Amino acid sequence: MTPAAYKSIPLRLALYALMAVFGVVFLLPFLFMLSSSLKTNDGIFADFASIRAVLPVGALTGENYLHAFARGNIGHYLANSLLITGVTVLMGMVVNSLAAFALARLEWRGKQTALTLLVIALVVPFEAISVPLMILVAKLPGVALGADGLTMTRSWLDTLYVQIVPFVANAFSIFLFYQFFRDIPKDFDEAAYIDGATPLQVYRHVIVPSSLPVFATVAILQSLTMWNQYLWPLITVPGEAARPLMIGMEQFFGARKTAWGEVMAYASLITVPVLIAFIVLQRWFVRSVVGSGVKG
Amino acid sequence: MNRDRRITPLVFGAPALIGLAVFLVLPFLMALVLTFTDQRLVSPQPGAFVGLRNYQRLLSVGALVQSPERDRDTAYVRVRAVTRSDPAWRGYRPLGDFRIGARRVTILAKDPPFLRALGNTFAFAMMVVPLQCALALGLALLVNAGIRGETVFRAIYFSPVVMSMVIVSVVWAFLFDRDLGLLNQTLGAISFGVVRPVDWLGNPATAMPAIAIMSAWQGAGFQMLILLAGLQGISQELYDAARIDGASVWQRFVHITLPGLRQTIVFVLIVTTIAALGLFTQVDVMTGGGPRGATATVMFEAVRHGVREGDIAYGATISVVYFALITGLIVLQQWLMRSRARVAG
Repeated sequence: MTPAAYKSIPLRLALYALMAVFGVVFLLPFLFMLSSSLKTNDGIFADFASIRAVLPVGALTGENYLHAFARGNIGHYLANSLLITGVTVLMGMVVNSLAAFALARLEWRGKQTALTLLVIALVVPFEAISVPLMILVAKLPGVALGADGLTMTRSWLDTLYVQIVPFVANAFSIFLFYQFFRDIPKDFDEAAYIDGATPLQVYRHVIVPSSLPVFATVAILQSLTMWNQYLWPLITVPGEAARPLMIGMEQFFGARKTAWGEVMAYASLITVPVLIAFIVLQRWFVRSVVGSGVKG
Repeated sequence: MNRDRRITPLVFGAPALIGLAVFLVLPFLMALVLTFTDQRLVSPQPGAFVGLRNYQRLLSVGALVQSPERDRDTAYVRVRAVTRSDPAWRGYRPLGDFRIGARRVTILAKDPPFLRALGNTFAFAMMVVPLQCALALGLALLVNAGIRGETVFRAIYFSPVVMSMVIVSVVWAFLFDRDLGLLNQTLGAISFGVVRPVDWLGNPATAMPAIAIMSAWQGAGFQMLILLAGLQGISQELYDAARIDGASVWQRFVHITLPGLRQTIVFVLIVTTIAALGLFTQVDVMTGGGPRGATATVMFEAVRHGVREGDIAYGATISVVYFALITGLIVLQQWLMRSRARVAG
């Protein structure tokens, strides 16, 4: 599906040049982060003003990574972030696709109203409800697993589940699933219903197998959002135990002299796994976004 | 069987419905109630009903018109003297002033930082939405041109999207540095020193544009992918036919590509606008709202009042007003574009 219009060699060269210029612009900040993570503070500032800033040159050291690990409880934060992201995305896929199935494939009264409400919910930016939501979760009774077993607590603040439960049901995910399910030919489920299948069986054996692209899209988008959450844990998780990776960043600042090499090492540690995952999955991901029709 | 048909959709939808009701609708309704109280974050007793006081504090604006003290004089009674003595102006603080003839007009508000933040937020949206969408469209066209290596470039352009905004902000703060930052160095080098170093984040005039440039860089890859999906949905036959008719590259872009992308562009514009109006992280990390309040946004103000200063009733009021504004804006945007794209149904 590519226009065969770019056959002339000068035009192709110009296109390559343009793509390369943009490529450099998009890569430079990454290279700066990665190279700086291998330099001392002095090295970073010495290289700062030249092209050396984005190249791993000079006296390189792995110490920043060791220090970053020593300073914060990175392993613990990493486990928290993985758990929060993984659980939310898995639960979200089931919950949101089931709701979308009801909206797209079942007939019931009030369906149109539900769809309208869904579209309104899409418009509410999370930032707008974050403060009231914080007030709500601060008053919800919760549970804690401590030295004296499972106890009731008077607030959800400072827990892992406060970072999970509110994000499982997601209007945008439902919307993406809904769009995809709607376009699957109805013949499939009608045939299944005639054979005596229940709606749950149709969902599991007809809809889910033919919707893998949209499941992939939702999973990836939701993972990115959850992994990079900042405002929410910032206001609901003051303590150490449930702190995610992103908030751990804060401890590198505030001291009199910021150790930038360590900051960059920490930033690289957060970014590189996601980047690798993206590069490995990117072919599939692009196909899934294109295939799932995320286009309004 | 008939009973099943009514209950099944409910069972399927219940988990999501409960989730959205508890964590989206309920907090919104709570916020609505809070806006009429003086509830504080750490106070043990429930807040008292205060009527519309929060809204009045947030939205009160007025213009004070003053004539000079004497003829041909430019001395006016000090605004502070007026707000202290005149009960009608109690609690007001100046937002800015200008002159009409000999008269001085001072705009006063009860919460000038909020109005400034509102202005900043819209200014940011006006900068970043066109920039980011145009960049995304350009990138989508580039990687759709059918030349070798486009998968690699597509991956490169998308890669900032997977990067956390917190980290993007920290890294770019270095690039924006006035004396040594790569951006000033590059501008200086390619203009042979004609472009003077700019204090990007330290100057009230450039701080918001700098954040807009960075945000566009971070987010454009995602819109690129969505637009790419749209581009691939346009029939190749249209292009072939246009080429036979002798249409130029530009004519094909205007008459085939743009109309074919219409729905996609509307979707991209709306998503980008909503994200832009929620600007918070970049400001919190890079500027803390400064310099001199130039990058404070509505969300930044809501968090500042509601969380950091513990005045949750006021923070909630900002959130509610903000929601009303966004909803209104989206409706307006939809209406202006007269989109035939039906989002649902």
